[in-house]
Amino acid sequence: MSTVTEPMNRTADPVLSVRDLRVWYGTERGPVRAVDGVSFDVRPGETLGLVGESGCGKSTLGRGVLGLTPAAAAVDGDVRLNSKGGAGRNLTELSDREIQQLRGPELGLIFQEPMTRLNPLMRISQHFEEALHTHHKGLPKKEVKARALEALRGMGIPESRYENYPHEFSGGMRQRIMIALALVLRPAFIVADEPTTALDVLVEAQIIRILADLRKNFDTSLVLITHNLGIVAEACDRVAVMYAGHIVEQGDARTVFADPQHPYTKELLRSTISLSTTGLHFIPGSPPDLVQPPEGCRFHPRCPVAMVGCATVEPPEVTLPSGVRSTCWQQAVEVDPSLADELGTGGREPLAAVKEISVADEA
Amino acid sequence: MLTKPDVKPSGEGAGDSAEALVEVADLEVHFGLRGSLLGRFGGKAAGAVKAVDGVNLTLRKGEVLGLVGESGSGKTTLGRTLIGLNKATGGSIRYRGQEISGLGERALRPLRRKLQMVFQDPHASLNPAMDIRTAVGHPLRIHGLVDSEQEYDARVTDALERVGLTPPERYLGKFPADLSGGQKQRAVLARAIIAEPELLVADEPISMLDMSVRAKILQLMLDLKRDLDLTYVYVTHDLASAKFFCDTIAIMYLGRIVEYGPTEQVFADPQHPYTKALLAAIPEPDPRLAVERELPRGEIPDAAAPPLGCAFHPRCPVAVAECGWEARDLRALLERRWLDLPPETSAAEKALLGNFDEPAAPGLGTVSIAPGRSHTAEDVLEYLRRLREEASASDPREPFWRGVVSMHAESGRAVVEFAPPRDPRLDLIPKTGVQVACHLHQHAASAQGT
Repeated sequence: MSTVTEPMNRTADPVLSVRDLRVWYGTERGPVRAVDGVSFDVRPGETLGLVGESGCGKSTLGRGVLGLTPAAAAVDGDVRLNSKGGAGRNLTELSDREIQQLRGPELGLIFQEPMTRLNPLMRISQHFEEALHTHHKGLPKKEVKARALEALRGMGIPESRYENYPHEFSGGMRQRIMIALALVLRPAFIVADEPTTALDVLVEAQIIRILADLRKNFDTSLVLITHNLGIVAEACDRVAVMYAGHIVEQGDARTVFADPQHPYTKELLRSTISLSTTGLHFIPGSPPDLVQPPEGCRFHPRCPVAMVGCATVEPPEVTLPSGVRSTCWQQAVEVDPSLADELGTGGREPLAAVKEISVADEA
Repeated sequence: MLTKPDVKPSGEGAGDSAEALVEVADLEVHFGLRGSLLGRFGGKAAGAVKAVDGVNLTLRKGEVLGLVGESGSGKTTLGRTLIGLNKATGGSIRYRGQEISGLGERALRPLRRKLQMVFQDPHASLNPAMDIRTAVGHPLRIHGLVDSEQEYDARVTDALERVGLTPPERYLGKFPADLSGGQKQRAVLARAIIAEPELLVADEPISMLDMSVRAKILQLMLDLKRDLDLTYVYVTHDLASAKFFCDTIAIMYLGRIVEYGPTEQVFADPQHPYTKALLAAIPEPDPRLAVERELPRGEIPDAAAPPLGCAFHPRCPVAVAECGWEARDLRALLERRWLDLPPETSAAEKALLGNFDEPAAPGLGTVSIAPGRSHTAEDVLEYLRRLREEASASDPREPFWRGVVSMHAESGRAVVEFAPPRDPRLDLIPKTGVQVACHLHQHAASAQGT
């Protein structure tokens, strides 16, 4: 792989730099390489969208960064948190206790299902008191309330609801309370894992607007995990497309969506049903079994433009003139024709008749 | 039931020639709320959730009807009631001319094989302990449609082939846990079509699936419709897939249809403010097509205490006087205002008003507000008048004040009176085949008429 440290004409240093992160799960059949060598940066106030099909490692990546992987998972790589409290430490090397202290004031997580993440027996006020007391011992009661109300106000929850229980709120309000809870400690970096999946269209649009406003108002960096490409296009500065544990394309969100480079990104965009859909497209097959991922490029069995060499040689990551980074032989040989030698003789011939993919392999 | 002139020409664009398969008139599905025993003795009804509240529609053979709305709009309840899974509390449902809304289970059973349902969650709609052969063929046994095991196997194999689970032998012995989400939904579809139904109600059939599979399942449903001559009711909150998939679309809000007509027409020129809002809220992946949007505030209201008049009025940016303004809306207005003000200012404004719980009750056309300590009713009125003044200069204009007919002091309290509410009727817009329930449209129509 080529270097990933090239600056993307940004001035600020990244608040989070991830280098070659691997998260493998142990199973009876062998390790599942859910995240397999992923590198990316998130700058202050930036929103990075993480997209891909289910089973591509998006959520695992989000959890891996925060150190929230289950006990059976092995994490390796470099996750540097460069915020004030993070002080450039590698999160994967911290003890459970040390990373626990960073969660809240430095690292935040917004969950998928707002319905199940608030304690039904606790008032909203108690949720905030608990969060603030855990990380700021001895904060006066008045101050706790003031900070909680300020966070809630930012999310459009009136003061009069402060003593209510979670069941008294609608789904959208609960998700806004979740966001307020994550923000009340003013973390430098937040992972939002499918924050709008369980919500309706209009409420979803409201939440997206709130998340998009975050960067303006709080200077919080956000990794937004979603399968909805429309959300990424609207709320994210940059996008990273994941396939089978790898990031296959990353770059400026508008650039990537206006002119996708990697065949997987292209197919993903084509198969999305939007208002402008006039015909149905889909990617044949499903993401591979990550115990035995395909050799060469992991997407080659489903790729419409695969070449013979793609089935055996792993593609390098190249930076295109637009600043977008893509991991695909098609772009690699365009950027640097000398790389074509690696594909071997006849390596650029089209991969004849991509194996017939039946419903048996469907996701 | 008498024919109602304002509901008759439904689905004009969807082809008048086709026969009507299902006709729904004034359908109501109300779920009673349990109140306290004392309350019932006192004659205070606990109320009801009007999940479906006066729906009229006609489903023609071969049509794909989309029921679209947010959660709580009653779309699922309507879909289930159409095939007898919920009991209607009023109105009629006629299937091929036969009234089915009052039928008991025994009378309904023979019809059930013609009316099938596909549920939202494929992981939950297959019995985990039944292999695919048993699950898919279950309707055949229930309805006694086969005489021998050979025939049973032949029908199951045929159904599996139709939904693309090939070779069928590979799937017959499998259990749901062995299948992926897309494959499970295919098995569910096989089970739904095996008894040769006429009408399939599909409740969010693709929303739980991965996006790369969604298009495949929609394509499969289109193929099945073509091959088996099916009629679909497609229940969804996803306007994008509805636009592609449906011939006719009914937009629902809080138990009522607010807009109903040919899909193309509804999407090209949405009439109801709610439809416009829904369409504007869909995120667009292509940055070249993205537009700035005005989102309606708030969320779908509590169905147990729906707003007066048009249920959408509290969120509507263009509501007019008779849309049903009430005391609750005043409270919501003030709370919204206080959210944006610095805490000290909002606290000072709150102190002007005494007990603020009264305007929270639903359905009040007049509200009297007690002034706060060391304030008079005149202070409160002055404050409200100032708000109205400010609102008239704001852009977009706050529609709430259009509904206020008078503000005056009465025995030491400030009284705010609202315009009497009117329920908007579902009216046909000439030449388009679209029906819409909105006062604005009716204003426009009457202006043209005179």
